[in-house]
Amino acid sequence: MHPAPSVIIFSTLSGAGFGLLFFLGLDPDPPRGWVGFTFFAIAYALACGGLFSAFFHLKNKKNAWKSYSQWRTSWLSREAWAAVLALVVMGVFAAGLVFRDTHFAPLGWVGALLSLATVFTTSMIYAQLRAVPRWNQAATPAMFLAYALAGGALLSGRETWSGWLFLLAGAITLWHWWKGDRRFAEVGTTIRSATRLNSGVTLFEAPHTGDNYLTREMVFRIARKHAVKLRVIGLLAASLVPAILVLAPFDLGFAAKHALAGLALLIHLGGVFVTRWLFFAEAEHVVGLYYGAHLDRQAA
Amino acid sequence: MTALPASTNKKLGLVIDLDTCVGCHACVTACKGWNTQNYGAPLSDQDPYGDASGTFLNRIHSYQVEPDQGLAQTIHFPKSCLHCDDAPCVTVCPTGASYKREEDGIVLVNEDACMGCGLCAWACPYGAREVDEAAGIMKKCTLCVDRIYNENLPEEDRVPACVRTCPAGARHFGDLADPDSDVSRLVQARGGVDLMPEQETKPVNKYLPPREKDTLQAPEMSGEEDVLAPFLAPVAEEPKGFLGWLDRTLEKL
Repeated sequence: MHPAPSVIIFSTLSGAGFGLLFFLGLDPDPPRGWVGFTFFAIAYALACGGLFSAFFHLKNKKNAWKSYSQWRTSWLSREAWAAVLALVVMGVFAAGLVFRDTHFAPLGWVGALLSLATVFTTSMIYAQLRAVPRWNQAATPAMFLAYALAGGALLSGRETWSGWLFLLAGAITLWHWWKGDRRFAEVGTTIRSATRLNSGVTLFEAPHTGDNYLTREMVFRIARKHAVKLRVIGLLAASLVPAILVLAPFDLGFAAKHALAGLALLIHLGGVFVTRWLFFAEAEHVVGLYYGAHLDRQAA
Repeated sequence: MTALPASTNKKLGLVIDLDTCVGCHACVTACKGWNTQNYGAPLSDQDPYGDASGTFLNRIHSYQVEPDQGLAQTIHFPKSCLHCDDAPCVTVCPTGASYKREEDGIVLVNEDACMGCGLCAWACPYGAREVDEAAGIMKKCTLCVDRIYNENLPEEDRVPACVRTCPAGARHFGDLADPDSDVSRLVQARGGVDLMPEQETKPVNKYLPPREKDTLQAPEMSGEEDVLAPFLAPVAEEPKGFLGWLDRTLEKL
């Protein structure tokens, strides 16, 4: 699948933003006043920045408001609802903390659940697609949730939590890759099932000399040797390096500890960006078979 | 709601004969022509005389098939929306633009509600949906819904443009829910199949597999022959008639 920067930025940033909102909502003693304002401002900047980025991915933006109508069947519609509800509920919760020094805990719990639900609905947009076997697996929502929680934990200042969550997210990423490399064959779609022609089917001529929406959007191919390098870079940056930085038992001062956590956060977000890029670039859509692609992925 | 109807009264669709299709692309041109000049946003082209790229609702792929025995074949393979019973493109739509009609099973896009997110094109395993780059909305085969019920057209024209134009008679239109319809009987007689049945979309459109080739097949080959061997093989082992007499006489000289 085409790795559109807007969608990758959206899911990376808004994941971390909603993860931070989750921890702020559950915190038994959440930050108040100006400190609270700063935390919520960061969370909203990340979450809304991501949502805006996704909005600009739409090709007919004037109808975006209609995406609230189909929540009963569409995961994308559910995501739109979950995002708005989470932001509104957490907004009221934050206003209480920042301006009135009031902690209304149940509202925070509801907001935390809605924040997590937003990340889950985002992941289900991809996981529901049988036509993209690599995404169509349980590790997809698990991976999105783990990265959101890991980033959110570090942003909210829970270093130890974030360290273990970084490692968990890394393990789930490995699981996603391991399973993902087998999913195309498991789903069983081949050029033979696509054309229902007998053995030895190869593309003789594509429909047109030029490319088209389908080949640009869905028949993206990445050099295998680059994919392996990027997987190693992504896993190191998203999981191992930040985990070591926050879990290492250095006895540092307040400033150095925060600087190290900030560094861990930047490396982590960069790593998530790389793994999210791979999430799209490596995903094979079965329509590629009609264009002679992904033959190495199909079942024997 | 973009929920699928529990059942449809009719299942209007196409039956495409892979044995008869000659790959002339007339259906591609007819489809683009009709659907650019009639219902909905026109099917745009970007840089049509350069790196040509544009929106098409129907595209013809060509495949080479090398059977275990006999010569290779070229199969022309028209592909458009299959108007699936369990259309994954419909249920993913967040705005309600994508829907399947209860009365005849046609899958359509309400262009006034589409926001151009492209998720339905991702959900379709067949590549039947394309976002038009100029209009920014999703385009797909309408089964020429503005022709098939159009009483302003002569009766013989009330079929999809691709079917009307096909010079080889490789495309057939009808109700596949009616077991006695011409298309259903054709599917029955020729062993019509679904594309990608494992994707569980239950397509309405059916494909008729190419027939076995008979007279054009090459003799049995052991695999060690020259590539030109099929053309060098003797036409008749024992010459007969006047040429046979001539052959034998010349041999004796």
